[in-house]
Amino acid sequence: MLYINCPHCGMRSQNEFSYGGDASVKRPELNKEVSDQEWDNFVYNRKSLRGKHLELWQHISGCRQWIKVERDTVTHEIFRTFKADEEVA
Amino acid sequence: MTQAFRIENEGLINRDKKLSFKFNGKTYLGYEGDTLASALLANGVHLVGRSFKYHRPRGFFGAGVDEPYAVVQLYRNGETEPNIKATEQELFEGLEAKSVNCWPSVNFDIGAINNFLKIFLPAGFYYKTFMWPKSFWYRIYEPFIRKAAGLGVASTKHDNERYEHKYEHCDLLIAGSGPSGLAGAYAAAKNGAKVILAEDKPRFGGSLLTSDVNIGNQSGKDWAEGIIAELKTMPNVVVKNRSQIFGYYDHNMLVMSEKVSDHLPSTKKYHPNKRLWYIRAKEVLISSGSIERPIVFGNNDTPGVMLSSAAKEYLKVYGVLVGRKPLVFTNNDSGYETAIEFKKHGVDPVVLDTRKNPESEIIDEAKNLGINIKNSYVVVAAQGYKKVKSADIASISEDKKQLGKIENIQCDCICVSGFWTPTIHLASQSGNKTKFKEGIDAFVPGQSKQNEITLGAANGVFSLDETLKTSFKAGSELSKKITENDNEIAIPNVVEKKSSQYDKFWCVPLPKGKNYKRFLDFQNDVAVSDVEIALREGYRSIEHVKRYTTLGMATDQGKTSNLNGLQLVSEIENKVVPAVGHTTFRPPYTPVSIGAIVGREVGKHSKPTRKSPMHSWHEKNNAVFVDAGIWLRPRYYKRGNENLFEGSKREAKNVRTNVGVCDVTTLGKIDIKGPDAAELLNRVYTNAWLKLPVGKARYGVMLREDGIVMDDGTTTRISENHYHMTTTTAQAANVLSHLEYYLQLVWPELNVNVVSTTEQWAGAAIAGPKSRDLLKKLFPNSDVSNEGLPFMGYIEGDLFGVKARIYRISFSGELAYEVNVESDYGNFMWEKIMEVGEEFNIQPYGTEALSTLRIEMGHVAGSELDGRTIPFDNALEGLVSKKKDFIGKRSLQRSAFIAEDRQRIVGVVPLDKQTSIPEGSHLVKDDKAPLPNPKLGHISASCWSVEYDNPFSLAILKDGKNMIGQKLFAMSPLKNKVIPVEIVSSHYVDPKGERVRS
Repeated sequence: MLYINCPHCGMRSQNEFSYGGDASVKRPELNKEVSDQEWDNFVYNRKSLRGKHLELWQHISGCRQWIKVERDTVTHEIFRTFKADEEVA
Repeated sequence: MTQAFRIENEGLINRDKKLSFKFNGKTYLGYEGDTLASALLANGVHLVGRSFKYHRPRGFFGAGVDEPYAVVQLYRNGETEPNIKATEQELFEGLEAKSVNCWPSVNFDIGAINNFLKIFLPAGFYYKTFMWPKSFWYRIYEPFIRKAAGLGVASTKHDNERYEHKYEHCDLLIAGSGPSGLAGAYAAAKNGAKVILAEDKPRFGGSLLTSDVNIGNQSGKDWAEGIIAELKTMPNVVVKNRSQIFGYYDHNMLVMSEKVSDHLPSTKKYHPNKRLWYIRAKEVLISSGSIERPIVFGNNDTPGVMLSSAAKEYLKVYGVLVGRKPLVFTNNDSGYETAIEFKKHGVDPVVLDTRKNPESEIIDEAKNLGINIKNSYVVVAAQGYKKVKSADIASISEDKKQLGKIENIQCDCICVSGFWTPTIHLASQSGNKTKFKEGIDAFVPGQSKQNEITLGAANGVFSLDETLKTSFKAGSELSKKITENDNEIAIPNVVEKKSSQYDKFWCVPLPKGKNYKRFLDFQNDVAVSDVEIALREGYRSIEHVKRYTTLGMATDQGKTSNLNGLQLVSEIENKVVPAVGHTTFRPPYTPVSIGAIVGREVGKHSKPTRKSPMHSWHEKNNAVFVDAGIWLRPRYYKRGNENLFEGSKREAKNVRTNVGVCDVTTLGKIDIKGPDAAELLNRVYTNAWLKLPVGKARYGVMLREDGIVMDDGTTTRISENHYHMTTTTAQAANVLSHLEYYLQLVWPELNVNVVSTTEQWAGAAIAGPKSRDLLKKLFPNSDVSNEGLPFMGYIEGDLFGVKARIYRISFSGELAYEVNVESDYGNFMWEKIMEVGEEFNIQPYGTEALSTLRIEMGHVAGSELDGRTIPFDNALEGLVSKKKDFIGKRSLQRSAFIAEDRQRIVGVVPLDKQTSIPEGSHLVKDDKAPLPNPKLGHISASCWSVEYDNPFSLAILKDGKNMIGQKLFAMSPLKNKVIPVEIVSSHYVDPKGERVRS
C-alpha cells in the first residue's frame, strides 16, 4: 500500500485516497472552438507512461483536496507531491 | 500410551502439565509446550499423511514453517481448519487432528495405487491425459481426483471466531528473533527507537535455542532469554511471538499474522483468534535465518527421513528422540551437531559424510565422543514403506559420479543435512535484487529497493560472532538515523566452534538397474525424473519448469525444494545456477487464514449500513427493506399476507388517488455557497442557471466530459449566494468529487464552496392529489396555495415548532412536495405527517411504488442513466442549452451522438396486457430470426401501471423516436420468455404534465 504525502495533511496511507488520472491533462477553455482531435486528446487519449508520471489523487477520506503526485509507475516510488494550485517545475 | 521416545532432563517443555490429544481417532499424551508434531514423535508416531500425487506414506520432515508433509486437518472447539502444519500447531488439552489426502485412512489408502502406477504419472500427466474426452472432466475425472487429493476440507459452517486488524507504525521492524534479530532490536531499543520484534514460533531465540554456543559467559539460550526479558520491560519495544511477517509491500508496509489463540483449547472471551498487523516501518531488519537443505537420494520421502536440524530441535526443545538408531547423512558440519546431541543422550548415531577428509572442531568433538563416522559415503536409498527400516549406503568416488558396493545398514531414521538456504523471501518481496553467493551456493539479498537490510544466516552469514557484530552495529546505526541517540553497546564475547567448508553435493546418483524416486519437492511429489522430463520436452525458463512440474508450487512454496530444483536444471542445462535464476517470491511467505485477512469485515460489518432517521418507524410498521447502495430503504410496507407486487401496487394506487409519503433522506444533498455558485451550476448542468430566482428550484442534468449523462436532480436557490443541490442516492459521492475536481483544479477562480449535507437533512416526499390539503394542515401559517407555492417553488415553514424546508418538486408525477427538516427531527416530522395525514388516507410508500410511479410517468432514473446514455436518449435534449458551454457539451457533437437513428427512451406495453416484461429483455423485430438475433434495444425498467392496470416498461430503443406504434418482441432467454409488445410513448400517464402543476 502506497504511503502518500498529502501536502495538506502529511503522510497518509493509500486507502484514504482515490486515483484521478493523468495530472498533465488540461481542459480546453469554455466557449472555445475545439477540434475533434484536440477534444479526443483531452477526453480519451492518454499515454501509459513507464516511469515518472504526474498524476492526480483526491484525499477523499481526509481533507478532500485534489493533489498532484509524482510517482514512478514501475517502482511505485513517490518523488514529490503538490497542492492542486502549485506549479510543477 | 506412553511417550516412549521422550527423554529426561532435556527440552523446554513443561513436564508438570500433561495434555491429552487425539490423532486419527487415537488418544495420546504430550506436554505443555509441545507441538502436535513433537508430541506424536514422542509417542513414536511417524506416519502422518499421504503424498499429493502418489499417495506415498509421509512423516515429519522439518520442525517448523518449512514442513512440507505434516499438514493436518485440525478440530478445535467445534470448529475445523484445514492446512495446519503439525510442526507449528502447539498442543493443547483436547486437541484433535486428522491426516489429509488419504482415503479411507492413512494406514490403508486406496490412492496409494498411484505409487505403483507412477511410471504413468510423470510431470504434465494430468494436463496430457484428462483432456479427452472433454465431457469426462466434470463428470468423472475431477470428482475422482478431488476425492483422492487435497490438503484438507474447508468448513462450510459460519466461523464464530473473531479476527482483528491492527495498524501500527514503528522505527524499526525486525523479522525473526534469532541472534541477529535480538542484537539488532537491543541496540536500536537502547537508542530509543520504536521497535517491533516479531517471532513466528512460540519461543524467542531462533537457532540459539538449539545450538551449543556461549555468548558473554552464558549459554546462547540464556543470553537470548535475558535480552528478551529486558526488551519486554522497555516502553519503546513491542515483542511478539507466534507472529509471522508474511508480506513485504510497497513503501515499507509489512503485514504480520499474530496467532493469538491457536495454542489454546478455545479462544478467551473478547480475544481474537488471530490479529493481522499492518505495519509501516521506517526501517526493516530481516533476520529470518535459514532453512536446512535436503540431499536428494532414493526414497528420500520415507517417514523417518528428516532434516538433521529438525532432529536436533525435537531433541533440544522438546526432549524427543526421532529414532534410536539414527543415521546422519551430511555434506557439512551441521550433521555432526545433531550426531553429538544424540550421542550425549545415549544414542549411537552413524554419520555418513560425503566429504573425503573434513577437519574442524565440531568433527573433532564427534570423534572424541566415539561417533562412528564414514567419510565419502552416501545414502543411496531409504528402505521401508511406512517407516525407515534400513538404508542402502555406498561409498562415492571423488568426482561424485561412481557409487561403491551397496551395503545395507539398519537404522530407524535418516537425518539429512545438505547445508543451509538463507530465507530471502521477505527481501525478495520488497524488490531487493538478490544475488547468488558462491561458497554457500544459494541466493542472498543484494541491492535494496526499500529501507531494508538482511543480516545473519538470512544473509548467508553462518558465523555467530560475525552475525552479532553486524547486527548490533546495524541496530545502532539504523536507530541513530531516526532518534539521533548514540548509546554504545558492549558487544559480548562469543564462543562457538569453527566449521569447515561444506561439500557442494546435493543429489546421489542412481545405482545401476535401480530407478528409485528421488524427490525434490516433497509436498507436490516432484521427483528428479519429472524435472528431467520437463526439460526434455523443451521447457527452459525456470518459471515454466515450475508450472509444468509444480515444483515449489505447494503451500510450503518450495522452502526445502527450490535450490535443489535449480541445481538440477543448471546441471542438465549445463548452466550455472545464477544464470537459471530463481522463481519470484510472492507473499504470503506461509499460508494465512482467510479469516485473518478478512478481519472484522464479515456479515453486517462487510460494509457500513446507513439508515435514515425514520428507520425505526419503518421497522415498527412492517417495512420490508432493500439495499440501495449502502442505505437500507423500505421497499414496501407489508400489510397482512401481502407480497411485494400487491403491497407496492396498493401504495402506488394510494398516491394516485389520495396521498402517500416516502422517505427520501437517502438522496444526495450538496450545499453550495459563494458569489460564483450560479456560474458553477451553469457550467456543470446542461441547462441555464444564471437567471434562477431565489425561492425557486430547477431540474438539471449533468454530463461527464464524454457526453454521457452522469446524474440528474433538482437544485434550489435558497438565498442570493446559497443553493441546495440534490443528487441520486447512488451518485452522491461521485458528484461531490466531480464538483471538487472542477473547483480545485479546472476553475479555481470560481469563489464557491461545496459540502455534503446528505446526512444533515431528513426528507419526506408527500405526493398525491390530496397532498396540498395535508400540507395546509402541517403548515397552517404558510401560504401553500398554487399561487403561494407554485410548481418548482420553495418556501421555509414551521412544522409544529420545527424549521422546515418545503420544495414543490415531484418524482411521482403527482402534485407533490418534499419536506426537509434537520435529521434529528426526522422522526418527529414523519410521525406528524402520518398523524395529520390520517384524515386524507395517507399511506407510506416504499421504493417499489416509487419506481412504479416514475416509470409510468416516463421519468428517468439509474436504470436509464446507466453510463451509456446521452440526454437525447432520455428525451432530455430540451434541457441542453444551445447558447452556453458546459461540461461534456463538445462531446455531444460526436457523429454517433447525432446519428439520425440514435437510441431513445420509449414505453413498451405487452400486446396481451397481461405478461410482465423482465427487465433486461432484448427488443427484436423477429422472434424466429437465427441467432445472433439483431438487438434493437433493451428493457430498462418494468412496472405494473396502476393507472391502466396492465404491465408497462421503459426501454432504450434504436431509432426510438420513429418506432412509436411498432410491434416488436421482447425476448428474455434467461427467463425463457418471448413477449409480443407494442412501442408507445414513454410518458404513459399524464403526458402533458398537468398534475404536477395543479
